[in-house]
Amino acid sequence: MQEIHNLIGGFQVALSWFNLVLMLAGVVLGVIIGVLPGLGGANGVAILLPLTFSMAQQPGGQTSAIILLSCIYWGALFGGAITSILFNIPGEPWSVATTFDGYPLGQKGRAGTALTAAFTSSFVGALVGVLLITFLSPIVARFALQFGPPEFFSVYLLTFCAFVGMSKGSPFKTIASMMLGFALAAVGIDTVTGQLRLTFGLIVLLKGFDFLIAVIGLFGIGEILLTIEEGLEFRGARAKLNMKVVIETWKELPRYWKTSVRSAIVGCLMGIVPGGATPASFMSYGLAKKMSRDGDKFGTGVVEGVVAPETAAHAAGTSALLPMITLGVPGSPTAAVLLGGLLIWGLQPGPLLFTEKADFVWGLIASMYLGNIVGLIVVLTCVPLFAAILRVPFAIIAPVILVICAIGAYTVHNSMFDVWLMLIFGLMGYVFKKLDYPMAPMVLALVLGDNAENGFRQSMLLSQGDMRIFFSNKLVGGITALALLLLFWPLISRLLHLVRGGNGGPPAAAGKG
Amino acid sequence: MQQGSEERAVGSVRAWEVVVASLFLVFGAVVMWDSWRIGARWSDDGPQAGYFPFYIGLFIVISALVIALNAARMGEEGREPFVRWRQLRMILTVLVPSVVYVALIDNPWFSLGIYVPSALFIAVFMRYLGKYKWHTIAAVSIGVIVAFFLMFEIWFQVPLPKGPLEAAFGFA
Repeated sequence: MQEIHNLIGGFQVALSWFNLVLMLAGVVLGVIIGVLPGLGGANGVAILLPLTFSMAQQPGGQTSAIILLSCIYWGALFGGAITSILFNIPGEPWSVATTFDGYPLGQKGRAGTALTAAFTSSFVGALVGVLLITFLSPIVARFALQFGPPEFFSVYLLTFCAFVGMSKGSPFKTIASMMLGFALAAVGIDTVTGQLRLTFGLIVLLKGFDFLIAVIGLFGIGEILLTIEEGLEFRGARAKLNMKVVIETWKELPRYWKTSVRSAIVGCLMGIVPGGATPASFMSYGLAKKMSRDGDKFGTGVVEGVVAPETAAHAAGTSALLPMITLGVPGSPTAAVLLGGLLIWGLQPGPLLFTEKADFVWGLIASMYLGNIVGLIVVLTCVPLFAAILRVPFAIIAPVILVICAIGAYTVHNSMFDVWLMLIFGLMGYVFKKLDYPMAPMVLALVLGDNAENGFRQSMLLSQGDMRIFFSNKLVGGITALALLLLFWPLISRLLHLVRGGNGGPPAAAGKG
Repeated sequence: MQQGSEERAVGSVRAWEVVVASLFLVFGAVVMWDSWRIGARWSDDGPQAGYFPFYIGLFIVISALVIALNAARMGEEGREPFVRWRQLRMILTVLVPSVVYVALIDNPWFSLGIYVPSALFIAVFMRYLGKYKWHTIAAVSIGVIVAFFLMFEIWFQVPLPKGPLEAAFGFA
C-alpha cells in the first residue's frame, strides 16, 4: 500500500491554491484548444510549453508546470467531444467514433444528453486510466530499473513496430513517415563521435530539428490548410445543457455499465501501446455494437454509442502517459510533447524519476485525478460558452491561430528559421494528410530518434555488432519478438485471411483498426 | 465555363502519390549518400556516425519504391482528383499571406517585429475572407495584438521580435 501513501503525498503537493488555479486555467485553455480547428492537444501543449520555462525554474515549479500542461491535455480530450457532437467535426482523431452516434443525437435535439454522456464516460475512462497508472507505474518503473541498452532499444522497437502493425493504411507509408522522423532526428552533431551529419554545410541545420516545431506545423498549419480547403462553414446544433438533462442522463448511464467496463479495459490495454487511442475508440464502438441489445440502432443516435468510444479514448489517452513517465517512451504525440517539456525543465523521464523525483511524479498523478474532476465540472457548466467559440467566423479564427502558431514556433528557440520550418512542416502535414501518411510515427521518431539510436549503438558495442543481443535473455527476447510480430502483423493478418478462405471482406478489427 | 475550370483537378491522387514517393526516394538516397560519406560501417571502436542513418535512408528508399509501385497499380481511386482548383485557390489565399507575414517579421531589409505584421495579417484575412468593416477589423486585430503583447512581454516575460513601432514606444 506504498502507492496509497505516495498518492496522499502527491495530493498534498497538488492541492495548493496556485496549482488548483493552474488546473482550472489549463482545463479551460485545453477545451478551447480542443474545440478550435487547427489547435489540438499536441500542438496546443507545444505552443504553450515555452511559457512554462520561467515557471519551472522556481522551487516546486516543475510540478506546477506539468499540472498546467497535463490539464491542457485533459481539457483537449474533453473538447474533442464537443465539436464531434455539435458540429460533426471530430476535434481529435479519437473523437471520430464519437460522431457516429453523437451527431445524430444532437440532430434529434438531444445534444445535451449526448454531451453529458460523452463527458461522464470520458471522466470514467480517464479515472480507470489514472487508477491503472497509480498502481501499475511504480511496478513498471521498478522493473525497468534493471533495463540495459538492449532492453530499452527493444522497447523503442516495440513502440515503432506497433505503429506499423496498427496502422490502418499502407504499412509502407507508416514506415516512410517514421523513417523521415528518424532521419530528421539524426540531423546535426552526432553526440557520440562529434561528427556533423546531414547538415550539408548549412549552419542553421547544426542544431537539428526540434520536434515541437514539427508538431506545430504538421498538426497546426496542416490542419488549417485542410479546413480552409472546404471553405469551412460551421453548421451546428445548439447546445443547451441544464442540470435537469445532466441528472436525467446520469440516471440512464448506469444501464450501460457493461459497455463502460469493456471500453475502459480496451482503452487501457490499447493506450499503453503507442497510437492506441484512435483504434481503441473504434474497437470499443465496434464491440459495443456487436454486443449490445440495441446493436442495430447504433449510428442513428443511441447514448451507448457515445459511451463506448469516449470511455475507451479517454482511458487510452490517460494510460498513454504510463509508458511516458515510467520508461520515457511516449505513447502519443501529446505525451511526446509532455515528455519534451520534462526534458526541457531538466527532468529525465524514465524509471529513475520515481525514485529521484517522487514528489514530482506523485504530484502529477494526483493532479490527474483532480484535473479530471475539474475538467468534468468545467465542461458540464460551460458548454454553451465553448460552442460559442466555434461560431466566431473562420475569417477571424484562422489568422489568429496562424499567429499563435508562429509565436509558438518562434518561442521554442527564439529562432525565425523555426517559423519558416513550421510553414514547411505545415505544407507537408497537408500533403501527408491528403495521401494518408500518418504523422504520429514521424513525430515520435523525431522525439525518440536520438535515444533509440543510442540504445542501438550501445547494444551493438556490448555485443560487438552481434544482432543476437536482442534475443539474449527472456525479457529482451520477448519484447523483440512481440515487436517483430507487430511489425509483420499486416502481412500475417493477410495470410490468415487467405488461409481462412477470404469469406467476404477483411475482418472487422483489421478494417477499422 | 467558369464553373468547369473551378472544378478542374490539379493532378490526380496517383500523380501526387508518385510525386511524394519520388521526393521520399530522393531524400532517402541523400541520407544514404551523406551517411556513407561520414562512414556507415563498423570501425574498431564500434559503429561509425553514419551507421544508423544509413539504414534509415535505406528503409526510406525501399518504402518509397513500394509506395510508388502501389500507386502505379491503383485503380479507380488513383484517378480521383488530389485537389480541385477551387480548393487550391483557398489554400493559396492562406499560404501566400502566411509567407509574406513571416517574411515581414524578420528579413534583412525592413524587419517589423512580430506584432505589427500579425495585426496586418489578421486585418487582411478579415477584409478579404470575411468582408468586415474597417472599424471591426481595427478593433479585432489591434485588440488581439495588444493582448498578446501584454501576455508575452509583460506577464510571461517571453520576448518576441520587435520592430520600429515597439521601439518608438520604448520597448527594445
